[in-house]
Amino acid sequence: MSDTLAPTVHRGSHSYRASIGRRLLILLGLAAALVVSFAVDLATGPYDYPLSDVVTTLLFPDDADTKMRVILWEIRMPVALMALTVGASLSVAGAQMQTILANPLASPFTLGISAAAGFGAALALVFGIALVPVLTAFIIPLNAFVMAMLAALVIHFFSQLRGVTVETIVLLGIAMVFTFNALQALLQYLASEQALSAVVFWTMGSLVKATWTKVAVTAMALVLTVPLFIRQSWALTALRLGDARAESLGVNVKRLRLTTLMLVSLLAAISVSFVGSIGFIGLVGPHIARMLVGEDQRFFMPASILCGALILSATSVLSKMLVPGAILPIGVATALVGIPFFFSLIFASRKRNAW
Amino acid sequence: MVSLAIEGLGVRYGRTQILTDITTPVIHDGSIIAVIGPNAAGKSSLFRRIAGLAAGEGQVHIEGVPDGEQALVYLPQDTSASAALTVFESVVLAAKQGRSLKVTAEELERIDELLDSLRITSLASRYLAELSGGQRQLVGIAQSLIRRPHILLMDEPTAALDLHRQMEVLSLVRRLADERRMIVMIALHDLNHALGYCDQALAISQGRMHRFGPCATIIDEHLLEQVYRVDGHVERNSLGQPQVVLKGPLL
Repeated sequence: MSDTLAPTVHRGSHSYRASIGRRLLILLGLAAALVVSFAVDLATGPYDYPLSDVVTTLLFPDDADTKMRVILWEIRMPVALMALTVGASLSVAGAQMQTILANPLASPFTLGISAAAGFGAALALVFGIALVPVLTAFIIPLNAFVMAMLAALVIHFFSQLRGVTVETIVLLGIAMVFTFNALQALLQYLASEQALSAVVFWTMGSLVKATWTKVAVTAMALVLTVPLFIRQSWALTALRLGDARAESLGVNVKRLRLTTLMLVSLLAAISVSFVGSIGFIGLVGPHIARMLVGEDQRFFMPASILCGALILSATSVLSKMLVPGAILPIGVATALVGIPFFFSLIFASRKRNAW
Repeated sequence: MVSLAIEGLGVRYGRTQILTDITTPVIHDGSIIAVIGPNAAGKSSLFRRIAGLAAGEGQVHIEGVPDGEQALVYLPQDTSASAALTVFESVVLAAKQGRSLKVTAEELERIDELLDSLRITSLASRYLAELSGGQRQLVGIAQSLIRRPHILLMDEPTAALDLHRQMEVLSLVRRLADERRMIVMIALHDLNHALGYCDQALAISQGRMHRFGPCATIIDEHLLEQVYRVDGHVERNSLGQPQVVLKGPLL
């Protein structure tokens, strides 16, 4: 250990300060990229508008061409915004699942929460069964939410049992994915033709049916949950030191884990219930964020939000451009585009890969 | 004047009683208590119970801690952390737990000084996952001390350290007890360290209290025989200090 005994003028706080500055720059860069992606998303479609026209129409709607204004504001805007809110929700949900379960494989998708939400939605689409007999106008998202919470509770319950390892929880999640997929297949088998196509469309994931109401609900879910995560920033970061160390620093590990799991289930369930199964964002978004800014939640969480929103927004653009004249289902496009990018990052930054 | 007293402390996990009826007289500030006993005697459970992290019987009386100051910090045995956090960040994290999101220049200064005093400044920018076991323990000690506790519970902090580092850490603990008037309860396996650095010893065996008192009185051939099941005795060495001399395990 002679290296640690050598006299040194370099103080720890210097490089800490430098790393904080670097992270703020990265967050700014991500935000800038997000703005660009959002504008391009608005500009692309069956008819591509020049970016300058898009910006002018957004800034001065009264002077703009009526047709363009309607297309941008009424048709493309909800879709583009939905990409941001859903991408952000799924990514932050994955980030916090990975944190509280101390597991790099945790995400709404791999733990079966998306599949459970899908099954709940299918119950409503096929049989009109309402798991919560109130607010029947929101039967699909409510069903999706109830099933997602159920899946989350099962995972939470098992993670508390003694002798249950991280690997067991992942296996349990995979088992739930298969279970709910099978149940959903059963529903599809029994469904009428019309209901069947609704379920299939739902499963592929699509932003096209976005409305202002859906944008508002997903945005509201973020607005309600993210401040709670921010308040717990230090405690959530401390979880990464291990349960014992976090407890010894005064973190109520059990309560934090339960409340966080409930909140991320809410985020994931609402997103998935509106846009269907969009895989990988919840897995890849947080990993990219972690490689860029580390795991201090004060930076990790905003970075996860920005990465998730950026990935989905960029994918939304590509899904309109890959096949001329058609829009690829966003769930398909996300995986096809996101994974190669993800792996290029993994190989570029292996030395600080925490997991 | 901070004081700590333990009264009838027990720990239960489900239906299994892990620890029964641990009682100490009032422990005054500035003293170091060695918690000694074989593996699985209940030392960690005792610490968890005192820190309020384990359920069970009995009471812990802590008096004299000024308002707003950290009464107690428990440093668990090291678990391998693989977070994408640097050493410096992990100490910031410990300092800021339960406090505001902003890190002040004064707090950074304090962390610099602490890392310096532990001689781990050169590790500041290293990731936790890259550290050796001994380095991790020093970081754990830094995470505990940055909270400025009046009472510090250390669960085998010297376990993964080389001889030099063991003595360095124990000297530091002695200095903290003397200068900051901290009460330190420290689980140790090396009885000579207990004799050399601690004031009193709490011997635990099979979940029960064996004895409590000054180290030189508690650590004797009876303790070696009954608690540790080894053949040995304590004698004065050439420096005039008591030292455990071991002959072999009892069959």
